[in-house]
Amino acid sequence: MERKEDILILAVESSCDETAAAVVRNGREMLSNVISSQIALHTIYGGVVPEIASRKHIEKINQVIEEALVKAGVELEDITAIAVTYGPGLVGALLVGVSAAKSISFATGKPLIGVHHIEGHISANFIENKELEPPFVCLVVSGGHTHLVVVRDYGVYEILGCTRDDAAGEAFDKVARAIGLGYPGGPKIDKLSKEGNPQAISFPRAKVDGAAYDFSFSGLKSAVLNYLNSCEMKGIEINKADVAASFQKAVIDVLVEHALLAVQEYGFQKFAIAGGVASNSSLRAAFEAECAKKNIAFYYPSPILCTDNAAMIGTAGYYEYIKGVRSGYDLNAVPNLRLGER
Amino acid sequence: MKILALDSSGLVASVAVMENDVTVAEYTLNYKKTHSQTLLPMLDEIRSMTELDLSSIDAIAVASGPGSFTGLRIGAATAKGLGLALDVPIIPVPTVDSLAYNLYGSKQLICPLMDARRNQVYTGLYTFEGSALVTIEPQCAVDIADIIGKINEMGKAVIFLGDGVCVYQKKIEELIHVQYDFAPSCCNRQRAACVAALGEKLYQRGVMQTAAQHAPDYLRLSQAERERNQSKEV
Repeated sequence: MERKEDILILAVESSCDETAAAVVRNGREMLSNVISSQIALHTIYGGVVPEIASRKHIEKINQVIEEALVKAGVELEDITAIAVTYGPGLVGALLVGVSAAKSISFATGKPLIGVHHIEGHISANFIENKELEPPFVCLVVSGGHTHLVVVRDYGVYEILGCTRDDAAGEAFDKVARAIGLGYPGGPKIDKLSKEGNPQAISFPRAKVDGAAYDFSFSGLKSAVLNYLNSCEMKGIEINKADVAASFQKAVIDVLVEHALLAVQEYGFQKFAIAGGVASNSSLRAAFEAECAKKNIAFYYPSPILCTDNAAMIGTAGYYEYIKGVRSGYDLNAVPNLRLGER
Repeated sequence: MKILALDSSGLVASVAVMENDVTVAEYTLNYKKTHSQTLLPMLDEIRSMTELDLSSIDAIAVASGPGSFTGLRIGAATAKGLGLALDVPIIPVPTVDSLAYNLYGSKQLICPLMDARRNQVYTGLYTFEGSALVTIEPQCAVDIADIIGKINEMGKAVIFLGDGVCVYQKKIEELIHVQYDFAPSCCNRQRAACVAALGEKLYQRGVMQTAAQHAPDYLRLSQAERERNQSKEV
C-alpha cells in the first residue's frame, strides 16, 4: 500500500538506445524498472543509429511507461512527480522522452523534473546501497562518458576530470570492431579477455599533462590498431584474446590510478562507479582489490542499473524534487548538457 | 465531441481545440523556436484562456506525417503522453491531406508542397467534390518535377501551398503548363484547426489508434536504412 507521505517518482529515460521507465519510492526504493533495449536493431550498423533509435523510442514509449506503472502496482494518479532525462544524449532520442513526460505532467498536473543523465548514473548507486550518502568520489564510465566526479551533496557535483577524446566505452567499441567482435564491444571484450593474457602486449597508459584526473583513450585505441596492422604486415597471427585482455588492462589501469588518486586527495574513503562500463567484471575486480587494500568503501550498481535505465533517473529526480527543483513545459532536450548545469 | 489537435510536422507549430464543429481556440506559431519549447506552452495558454477541462477531451488529432522527422516525433510523443494520461484515442491525420484541407471547397486542383530536402517534396493532389476532400494522388515523397508532370498531364488549374512553395517556386514556374496560383499567407501553412476538422471526419469513420499504438508515418526510411538497402541491391 502507498502511504500518503510517500513520494513516488515516475521516471522516463530515452537518451540513447534504451527506452526506459520506472517508478521509484522515496528516492531509494525501486518499484519497477522497465527497459526496452534496441541493441539488436543497431548491431547490423555497428553502432547506434540516431534516427532509428528515435523511431523505436516513439513506438515503445507508452508501453514502457504503462508497464512501469503496472509492475509497480500503482496508478498514474498515485504518482507524485514525473522525472525525465533531458540531456546529454542524442537530441532526437531525448526529445521523445522529454515530450512524452512533459505532456503527461501537463495532463495530470503533476510536477516535472528534468534530470541530467550522468546524475542519474551516479544516483544508481543509491538504490542498492542504502547507507551510501554524499560526499564521495564517483567514476562514471560509459559509451558516451568518462567523468571523475566529487559528489559533494545530492545534486551537487564537482567535475575533477573527463576524457579529452574517446569515452572509455567508445574505445571498447572501436577496439572490439577492429578485432572483429562486433557491437556492443564492452561485454564482448570483457568476456574474451578472460581467455587472454593481460601482460601479453604492452599498450600505453595515457596521461594528460597538467590534468591528473583527465583521461585520453584515443592514443590507446590507435596503439591497438597499429599493433593489429603491424601484425598483419608481418604475417603474424593475432591472438584476439590477448589483444582484448591487454587493451582492457590498459584502460582499467588508468581508470583505477586516476580514481584512487582522487579518493586519497579528497579523503572521503568512499568511492563509487557508475555507467555501462561499470558492469565490466575486470574493472569491478580491480577496484574491489585496490579499495580493499586502501580501506576504501567501494560501491557499484548491479549491471541492470549500470546500463541506461529510468530507475536511476527516478532516484536523481527524487533528490531534485525534495530540493524544490521544477521544470517548465518549455523544457527542451539539451544534447551537450554539462553536469551541474540547469 | 471535443478534439484537441496538434501539428508540428513542419516549420509551423499549431495547436487547436474543436468542439462540435466550432474551433474554440487555435494557436499557430511560425517562429524560429523549436517545437519542443513552444508546443506545450501554447497548449497551456489555450487551456487557461478557454478554461479547458482536459478531462472533457474525447480524442487527440495529430498531424501524423510526413514532415520533419524530429517535428513529427515531438507531436507524436506529446499526443501519446496526453492520450496515455487522459485515456483517450489518437486520430492520425495525414499531414498533406490536412494541408489540403486549408483550401476547403477549392474548384482547382490542390497541391500541398513540403520541402523534403534531397530535391524532393512531400506532396499529393486533391480536389473537393461538394464538401468531400477527394484524393487524386495520395501523399508521397517525390521529385518536384514528377508532381508538376502529373499536374500538366491532368491539364487542370492548380493552387499550391505549403512551406515547399518558396523553396521550389522558380522550378514550378519553369515547369508548369497549366494555370496556377499560390495560396495566400492566411491559409498556406499547417493549421491545427484543419487537423481537428479533418480528424473529426476520420474519427466518425473509425480511424483511430490507441496512444500506445500511434507512431508517425514518415513516408521515408532513415538514411542508414536507405544506404543499407542500396548497398544490398548493388
